[in-house]
Amino acid sequence: MAAETQAKPAETQPTAAPAMQASTQAIVTFKIYRHEPTVEKTPHFQTYPVETRPGLTVLDALIHLLDTQDGSLAVRYSCRHAVCGSCAMDINGKNMLACQTQVARLGPEVTLRPLTGLPVVRDLVCDMTNFFRKYNLITPYLVNKTKDEKDLTREWLQSPRDRKKIDHEIGCIMCGCCEGACPVLWTDENYLGPSAIAKAWRFIADTRDEGIQERIGILDSQYGVWRCHTAFGCVEACPKNIPLTESIEKARRRIIRYRLRGK
Amino acid sequence: MYTHQILVVGGGLAGCRAAVAAADLGANVAILSRVHPVRSHSGAAQGGINGALGTADPKDSPEAHTYFTIKGSDFLADQDAVQTMCQEAPSRIIEMEHWGAPFSRMEDGRIAQRPFGGAGFPRTCFSADKTGHVLMHTLFEQCLKRQVQVYEERHILSLVVDQDPKNPAARRARGVIALHMTEGKLESYRADAVIMATGGAGRIYRKTTNAHVNTGIGMALAYWKGAPLEDMEFVQFHPTGLFGTNILISEGARAEGGYLKNKDGERFMKRYAEKFMELAPRDIVARAIATEINEGRGYPGGYVHLDLTHVGRERIEERLPGIRDLSINFAGVDPVEAPIPIQPSHHYTMGGIACDINGTTPLPGLYACGETACVSVHGANRLGGNSLLETVVFGARAGAAAAQYAKANPTEANGKIFDAETQAAEKKIRGLGQGEATEDYAAIKTEMGNTMDDQVQVFRNEKDLRRALDKIRELKGRFPGVRLRRKGLRYNLDLIHILELEAMLDLAEVITLGALARTESRGSHSRTDHPTRDDTHWLKHTLATHTPQGPKLDYKPVTITQWKPEARVY
Ligand SMILES: Cc1cc2nc3c(=O)[nH]c(=O)nc-3n(C[C@H](O)[C@H](O)[C@H](O)COP(=O)(O)OP(=O)(O)OC[C@H]3O[C@@H](n4cnc5c(N)ncnc54)[C@H](O)[C@@H]3O)c2cc1C
Ligand code: SF4
Ligand code: SF4
Ligand code: FES
Repeated sequence: MAAETQAKPAETQPTAAPAMQASTQAIVTFKIYRHEPTVEKTPHFQTYPVETRPGLTVLDALIHLLDTQDGSLAVRYSCRHAVCGSCAMDINGKNMLACQTQVARLGPEVTLRPLTGLPVVRDLVCDMTNFFRKYNLITPYLVNKTKDEKDLTREWLQSPRDRKKIDHEIGCIMCGCCEGACPVLWTDENYLGPSAIAKAWRFIADTRDEGIQERIGILDSQYGVWRCHTAFGCVEACPKNIPLTESIEKARRRIIRYRLRGK
Repeated sequence: MYTHQILVVGGGLAGCRAAVAAADLGANVAILSRVHPVRSHSGAAQGGINGALGTADPKDSPEAHTYFTIKGSDFLADQDAVQTMCQEAPSRIIEMEHWGAPFSRMEDGRIAQRPFGGAGFPRTCFSADKTGHVLMHTLFEQCLKRQVQVYEERHILSLVVDQDPKNPAARRARGVIALHMTEGKLESYRADAVIMATGGAGRIYRKTTNAHVNTGIGMALAYWKGAPLEDMEFVQFHPTGLFGTNILISEGARAEGGYLKNKDGERFMKRYAEKFMELAPRDIVARAIATEINEGRGYPGGYVHLDLTHVGRERIEERLPGIRDLSINFAGVDPVEAPIPIQPSHHYTMGGIACDINGTTPLPGLYACGETACVSVHGANRLGGNSLLETVVFGARAGAAAAQYAKANPTEANGKIFDAETQAAEKKIRGLGQGEATEDYAAIKTEMGNTMDDQVQVFRNEKDLRRALDKIRELKGRFPGVRLRRKGLRYNLDLIHILELEAMLDLAEVITLGALARTESRGSHSRTDHPTRDDTHWLKHTLATHTPQGPKLDYKPVTITQWKPEARVY
């Protein structure tokens, strides 16, 4: 990928801050990170006045800016209700989904940057290649070795209790909020990271899966579960409230059992 | 130039399922998608997927599923296609389960099922209220397992059709030209067969439950190259879009016992569908709500209440956790404590690229599946839970048919046609960058959306539809005045939005023209000036073909096997 690692932006003054109608109090200032790494050496911030209303999300505001004020903004979005995982960004210092964040709760100034720690494609769009590369490493599909997959006459049984074991982890929308919030990843981008580990756990804990062998190598490697020092940055950032540290902890216990029992 | 035997455009459920099927037949297949596959709008589906597994009620059967689907369609669906879908449903669902889809379970470990509107039996399999999300992940995982090549964040600009000037019969889809969004460059993709799986066209409306990428551009690209669009006037309005943002509140909320109440606190559905109440089919519930609002029994601003408070915290947390989050985050209402404000919202595109049960379109080499296709299994009104089913049943069939076609009809590379198409795309983009804008993209888009919301809505009439058609044609006339505000191609949303708008305007025209022509009321198409169904004249599918003068409408018969059209009472 052509993207480069995020550089520290220079605090430039707005050049093209569009004028707004002189309306009363409800004007919030958006400071947006602007950068096209392949073209410009350094990033800068551009400011925009945004008129708020109850219920306005950061994403609504960005789309409004895009439509009416600045067609050059780059931001990734699609579903606008926290299911597609596109719009993760750093909002006032925290990784969040723009579509799930109300402007009214953010105070008079809203600073938007791309997710911390990830390379930037342009403006608020970061390059998720490495994130998906690591997800690929954990054999991200159900591994079946003994059951007849071609027999479509009946389902493989699973009790509601067993199904519940993966309830949290299946909710991951691959937004990357956790990835950007993990201090280990800031120093080593090869660390599998919380979401890939949780995904691995989603399969390992699934009573229908038989792929522990395929996954143990990477999980138990120098890039695996032992790198996490339970700083909870990821849990705090996760918009889907996935208890990532618990998933990591469970994976660790499972690895120890695997070491002892060889399966 | 990238070359594959099969090129699937769209990485939603339909596209991924087609890719898996083609790969399983040994074809070299790639997916090309505007958003990363897991970010497709299929992931937003909440309620579930239908199949007569008979776990919740052993009396259910594929025949019952077929009958209720046909009745739900107001007898416009092709009955052979519905039979195929309902017969194959249990296998496709169990296959998804074997591939890892974490369905919610019954106590004995079998897949749980819930009742959905107009279904007759509890037939909807689900994973809490995240069904689409888990199916999407499962199918993407199966693509990875088969090492399907995925080109993500590619926006397609044109469908490449090989045309022999001496022999027009030799027209054939050969690939696509796409914009690599993150690198900002044009690319050519050549294939022996192209499968269009680009989803629905919800963004033509402003009040829609659809994602921002659901613009229907795949339909338009096929239409511009000669593939007809079928039954586009049939647009589903979901009864329960969240007031304000129109984010979907799943039918699952009513399946779990939710009540609809007007501002007098009355459960008004008893006046519209005495037996099925809140679980009548969507078109009927949407009309009921619209009537309540129109007759002054809604709340100011135009909404009614979906009340779940009696369902109880525990069941809401277990079965509807996503709905609860949505209401809290996007409407500031906790459904455990207070009713949710809702209004009918555009939800689903029943029409699409005309194709048969194998996804075969009239344009050789072009296949279609999913919401972008019209098989037709939904007819005039889709039942909840049937479209996720459609994606896996017909995705699999289209993938297999395309793989067979590609094997039987390999072609050698013809670079010239790709050069010509690339040059055309470049020229178009250059043109959009030259000179001063005389029109504003956002204004045209807003006017289009408002027109569709207000005049091509739940209730329609000739006067409104004529006004809408004039307006859309006016907007089409203004569109050439739009100019790019940014030139560089890297993640240039301005460019993509303008191209999508062009496509949406043409689709809006097709929808409106079809609705104007159809002087009857059937399913989702409700004409107040023609309030009854007219089987003598209108038991037929609309086909719209692109011409330089605008859409040309033709009709084709509905396939009726054993279910004679009857009155639709619930
Ligand atoms: C909120 C919501 C809830 C729903 N709930 C249910 C439910 O409970 N049960 C049910 O049966 N149905 C439900 N539906 C309907 C169902 O989800 C959809 O009909 C179905 O998922 C469509 O799948 P698809 O694969 O055809 O399209 P999508 O999933 O929309 O995928 C379209 C794909 O096309 C790609 N694409 C688009 N434009 C381009 C372009 N220009 N270039 C390249 N690629 C492009 C996109 O990237 C995407 O990958 C729901 C729909 C909505 C909106
Ligand atoms: S808990 Fe572990 S994975 Fe999560 S942020 Fe901390 S170090 Fe990273
Ligand atoms: S674990 Fe949470 S924060 Fe991380 S990618 Fe998944 S949903 Fe996003
Ligand atoms: S736009 Fe889909 S998660 Fe925000």
